[in-house]
Amino acid sequence: MREEQLKEIHPPTYSEDYWHGLKLAVPVILGYLPIAISFGVLAVQTGISFFHALLMSMTVYAGASQFMALNMLAIGTAGLEIVLATFILNVRHFVMSISLFSNLQHIPKRWQTLLAQGITDESFALASLRQKELGSQPSAAIYLGIFSGAFGMWVIGTGIGAFIGNIVPEALSDSMGIALYALFIGLLVPAIRAYWKIGIIAAGSAGLSWFFSIYLSEGWAIVLATVFGSLIGVWVLEEEEK
Amino acid sequence: MTLTLIIIAMAIVTYLPRVLPVFIMDHLQFPGWVNKWLKAIPYAALGALIVPGIFTVEPGAPIVGIIGGLVAAVIAYFRGHIMIVIIAAIATAFIIQRF
Repeated sequence: MREEQLKEIHPPTYSEDYWHGLKLAVPVILGYLPIAISFGVLAVQTGISFFHALLMSMTVYAGASQFMALNMLAIGTAGLEIVLATFILNVRHFVMSISLFSNLQHIPKRWQTLLAQGITDESFALASLRQKELGSQPSAAIYLGIFSGAFGMWVIGTGIGAFIGNIVPEALSDSMGIALYALFIGLLVPAIRAYWKIGIIAAGSAGLSWFFSIYLSEGWAIVLATVFGSLIGVWVLEEEEK
Repeated sequence: MTLTLIIIAMAIVTYLPRVLPVFIMDHLQFPGWVNKWLKAIPYAALGALIVPGIFTVEPGAPIVGIIGGLVAAVIAYFRGHIMIVIIAAIATAFIIQRF
């Protein structure tokens, strides 16, 4: 109540809003650190330079597709396939972006175009869950706080990982190829546990991917299996209530 | 294609779906089946990425990837933190390769 009154006397400044957003983002910021370090380590061990690892985290900024790109580079996939697979994997952000910006139409377009770069599965989930707390007309600054915090940690973590990547002992790095798959499994299994039909989609796509890989390069197998495997979702998933 | 170009192209195709709604929001309505398709894409991608790639973690010894993957799946199922899942899988692969 007191806070409400204070807001009326003294509306929050942009810098206060920014810090508020940053504080809200703490769970995502902490969660990103270990994954970003893993990415940095794996990137360097895949043979990618420190500069390229950082560039990828700063410009692409999409965890799953960055790991996928490492994987595809490691098996010698051509660039076009990597770009296409990245696009297909990230089309889902389109839906998140629609959902997010439907509530931010009061923010100037130039700020919206900047905020758009910050959309990830995790930061979007956080921003959506806290929507009520942010009020009916949240400022761009509060979203900037949430998104830049997560983004900053992703880039810093990548830098740390890429920096120590070469000094991780070779006996250990031989076994680290599996880290990527462990991450994928660690993302997928809890989703299946929460909603078993997701397992049908993943298993179907895995089967398709294995089948396509017999006839095609692994890169195209992944792209085609993702497009066609996700169509299973049209039949098995239930409509979302609006 | 050099790696820098690949990364820039990846950045463009990642940014486009994020930013397009800012400009086309006003005239957009998806049929239900497209929504479900889009929702399924991340899970389909994960499935397609894991198999068959995991079999080639250790060239010529698919068992390393399979056992390591199973360990990861079991820990993830019992709500282990993602870092524990990753570290346990690495440790498992490390141990199997010693034998």
